[in-house]
Amino acid sequence: MPRNVAIVGTGQTDHKSHRPDVNGREMIYEAVTRALRDCDLTIKDVDAVVIGNMDHFESINYVDTWSVEGSSGFMKPIMKVTTGGTTGTSVAIAAYYHVASGLFDRVLAIGWEKNSESDTTAAIVTCSDPVWDRSSYSGAIPSLATEATAYMEQYGAVQEDAARVAVRDRTHALNNPHAHLRKPITLEEVMASPMLAYPIKLLDVCPRTDGACAVLFAEDGAARKLASRPAWVKSCAVRHTFSWFGDSTDYDKGLVSLQRASREAYDKAGITRPSEQFDVAELYLPYTYAGLKWIEDLGFCGPGEGPRFVADGHTDMGGTIPVNPSGGVISTNCIGATALLRVAEASIQIMGKGGARQVPGARLALATGFGGCFWSDVMILSADRP
Amino acid sequence: MENIAIVGVAQTPFKGRMRDKTCYDLVYEVTRDALDDAGMGIEDIDNVITVSNDFLDGRTISSMAVGEAAGAHDKNVSTVEGDGTFGAFYGAMRTLGGLGTTLVVAHGKGSEGDMRFVTNAMFDPVFQRHLGIESISSAALQANVYMDRYGLTEEEFARVSVKNHQNGRKNPFAHLALDIDVDDVMESGMLADPIKRLDCSPVSDGAAAIVIAGEGFVPKAKTTPVWIRGVAHCADAFFLGDRDLARSPALRNAADRAFEMAAITDPLKEIDLVELYDAFSYMEPLWLEGMGFCGAGEGCGLLKDGVTAMGGALPVNPSGGVLSAHALLAAGLARIVEAVLQLRGEAGDRQVAGARTALAHGVNGPCGQSHCVWIISRDR
Amino acid sequence: MTGWLDDTAALTLKGRIAVPYTWWVGETGSRFLIALRDEGKILGNRCAACGTVYVPPRKNCGRCFEDVTEWVELGTEGVVTGHTVVRAAFPMQPAEPPFAYALIRLDGADVDFLHIVRKDLDRLRNGMRVRARFREERTGHILDIEDFEVLDG
Repeated sequence: MPRNVAIVGTGQTDHKSHRPDVNGREMIYEAVTRALRDCDLTIKDVDAVVIGNMDHFESINYVDTWSVEGSSGFMKPIMKVTTGGTTGTSVAIAAYYHVASGLFDRVLAIGWEKNSESDTTAAIVTCSDPVWDRSSYSGAIPSLATEATAYMEQYGAVQEDAARVAVRDRTHALNNPHAHLRKPITLEEVMASPMLAYPIKLLDVCPRTDGACAVLFAEDGAARKLASRPAWVKSCAVRHTFSWFGDSTDYDKGLVSLQRASREAYDKAGITRPSEQFDVAELYLPYTYAGLKWIEDLGFCGPGEGPRFVADGHTDMGGTIPVNPSGGVISTNCIGATALLRVAEASIQIMGKGGARQVPGARLALATGFGGCFWSDVMILSADRP
Repeated sequence: MENIAIVGVAQTPFKGRMRDKTCYDLVYEVTRDALDDAGMGIEDIDNVITVSNDFLDGRTISSMAVGEAAGAHDKNVSTVEGDGTFGAFYGAMRTLGGLGTTLVVAHGKGSEGDMRFVTNAMFDPVFQRHLGIESISSAALQANVYMDRYGLTEEEFARVSVKNHQNGRKNPFAHLALDIDVDDVMESGMLADPIKRLDCSPVSDGAAAIVIAGEGFVPKAKTTPVWIRGVAHCADAFFLGDRDLARSPALRNAADRAFEMAAITDPLKEIDLVELYDAFSYMEPLWLEGMGFCGAGEGCGLLKDGVTAMGGALPVNPSGGVLSAHALLAAGLARIVEAVLQLRGEAGDRQVAGARTALAHGVNGPCGQSHCVWIISRDR
Repeated sequence: MTGWLDDTAALTLKGRIAVPYTWWVGETGSRFLIALRDEGKILGNRCAACGTVYVPPRKNCGRCFEDVTEWVELGTEGVVTGHTVVRAAFPMQPAEPPFAYALIRLDGADVDFLHIVRKDLDRLRNGMRVRARFREERTGHILDIEDFEVLDG
């Protein structure tokens, strides 16, 4: 029988486009010390560490062994989990299983990235198959642009619909002292921003960030001692289905990985009416059109209803289901940490530590991760002990 | 720890440049073979762990290239970047944590890259990398410190290489199974003192896979289960200069915890064979000391006394070890595969008679910074 | 079955991607490199909790998990605790083989410093004292130290 596991503390750096004052492992140290402080622990109390980032963004091979000084891994069990953009949620899920297995009681999950240290496109382009995909369909933007145009054609959505997602997330970021981009933007500014690949404009898409996040997972008894309101892991599921971009392009079906992963997580957690049952959602939306489409895949609203759902304010603070009170990926994107930040921020909501970005009375939260070849991760956190 | 077992194993033959197989091909074949071994279909696999490394594969998100080949379509899947023993440990935790049966598959095509650049990238970019240090020269540093500390000789290390390559001749999967003697090793050409060519493992292509299942599932597999009795890992400091390279406290920590989980109090007596990560010849005695099979500096003595030879009280690397086949991240998983075959009595000409409990071991990071120790047994 | 491979020339798709990197050294590492460059000095730092003097200096002690704030000027001489003479060439090396890597316990440090020795390789033994030789033109790089030389006597 797997044990009950909860998140009891989080820490993150103040995310910035460049962190020249620290090297990677020193930046990780900042997030880890903040997480330990958050739940009043020392490194002696940490039984194991799971760490993740995307190797080629810093060109460090074997980050688990390189980082030990900063990741609290010295003379500890430490392993590296890495799955592209979904790394952060994969790391969270790995930490969860470390504890659920019964072998470790308190496990630290760390996600980090120093995106300023590399050329993002050059580093990411090698994810595509060298023979079939790389010369024609590479980098982060093209595949998302194709998905967006298909959606617009299918449902008649327009660029302004998506721009509203950016305005929402960037407005929410003003309440988050850690967020990278903390200047509000208007619909007009999004529409006027340079076109990258139709219909994606500069302000439709996430930034590159240097940042780290650490989250402490604990078993039942320890969790109840360490947090007044632990964020219990109710369920988690992933689908990392495709290897080649061409296989993932039946856009009429929607984001299949998110549909399947969320269905599994919802079934395990008894979720049948997500937009009503969840109090808050921290969603990995790397670009604005995802904020229209993927909430349909998550069952917040019906197919094609995303634009209306967002425009009517259901996803704003105070709405039916506030999305990304933290400002989301569009405000902060330190890739190895980005998905972990969704889990951390969801747990912050449950633990009641959200300060200016707190959704009052949040008891059930959804966190998602995205990356790779249209892969999706889902984790559901609850204030109710399972 | 709940009872979980390894119910399926497979490995590809380990070879030099496999021109006819991509990483995808290797992962698919070894996955199919592990399933066949267990008498399972892909539908019986509840979740998958792949093991890959972006530098080795020259692919960002290297897991993306092989997930489908590992049968992860529409399943829960994750990826550990590190030796296969660490990936397998995560797989074990997923089975223990309620995810059902876990397939763990690791691959490596060393032929597709330049290991010197790949291993140079393990080192700190500001303080170490531009000195050109990589796996062979750093191993040579460790070998030097180890030899100096205990007055060991190059011949003693050469004997390890001889033993393991000779053992490898009985292993149809081995890449470099050589009929060599100590003189052959001593004359094989110095790369960095004291490491000579035949003190090094080869660079191989290949893959390995295991299937882990809980007690409830075990009867459905057609194999004799090999129970996972203890697993632990531990990492030492990163900078070589921060460590005492002649000792392995991280390995000691991992081994002690694994032995304790397995309720083993006298390892020399209770372990029937060891498959350890001998990327270089000197590592075998050094790791044996770290595991507690003998005192500090006495590792070479175990071979001299015939203890770790085939037919001895504790045969080490009957498969030929990593010295005979090194498909990078797959090498540690291959140690588990070999140990399982031994315990099932399926090790053919390399069989250790009456083996019931084995230790399998893998390593991450420069000079064995991080170690993962597995204790597996026919006994529950 | 694969015999045909030996008689077949591979169709090769050539590609080349530039993946440039710029690593932030951070304040702590910067201070070390600036001291190398501007003063020809080697700095370490001491963890107040466990007393370990580190070189290169660290922002935090990995063992104690505390900030390290006390700077220490180390000697430019030390004792070789481990070494290897490299015989095989590799493009990232700063010298042509034969040259040696050495782990050096600098005077005042509690950990060993990795660098190279270019000369007197036949005489090089663990336990010997060596001294850092600084380059004339220095840029704030680990190779501002040209190498370590074996000291007589």
